[in-house]
Amino acid sequence: MAMDLKEIEALIKEALPDAVIEIQDLAGDGNHYSATVTSSHFSGKNKIEQHKMVYNSLKGKMGNELHALAIKTKE
Amino acid sequence: MDQKTKDLINTEITNNEVCLFMKGTPDAPQCGFSMAVSNMLKILEVNYKGINVLEEQTLREGIKEFSDWPTIPQVYIKGEFVGGCDIVKEMYENGELKKILEDKGIKFKK
Repeated sequence: MAMDLKEIEALIKEALPDAVIEIQDLAGDGNHYSATVTSSHFSGKNKIEQHKMVYNSLKGKMGNELHALAIKTKE
Repeated sequence: MDQKTKDLINTEITNNEVCLFMKGTPDAPQCGFSMAVSNMLKILEVNYKGINVLEEQTLREGIKEFSDWPTIPQVYIKGEFVGGCDIVKEMYENGELKKILEDKGIKFKK
């Protein structure tokens, strides 16, 4: 159960085309990532909605293939 | 999610002002993210109920569906979903968590 950094980035980009994404593989195991996502699509939405947009972009992989992804969203 | 699980979640978030659905217990968290949130609430001296989702597979999956949120931990304050680890941590750091506790009339260390 691991996921490639590029794959995460591509999925987020697909859902939020203007997103600027910085991802770190925290433990070097392909399982614990931290992502900072900046996108204009977040404007006017609260944090819960913003994080849900990122989770949704990952199409159900969050909590499954992807064990841990810390998210920070910015408008 | 079956009705029993739904009722259980509703009962917990209704009867406890602050609920933390977590992996493990406040005294023995079994995941770093659950531990982080648990510690923040402890530092603020919030009286919260930790609910160990690892004890019940139906609850572990049910709470994700209930909140429409794919990860654990999850914090509820006065019946309202506030966020998971990242959001609560951010709110803890920028003072919003204290504000929400204050607004909802929950006792904590100021």
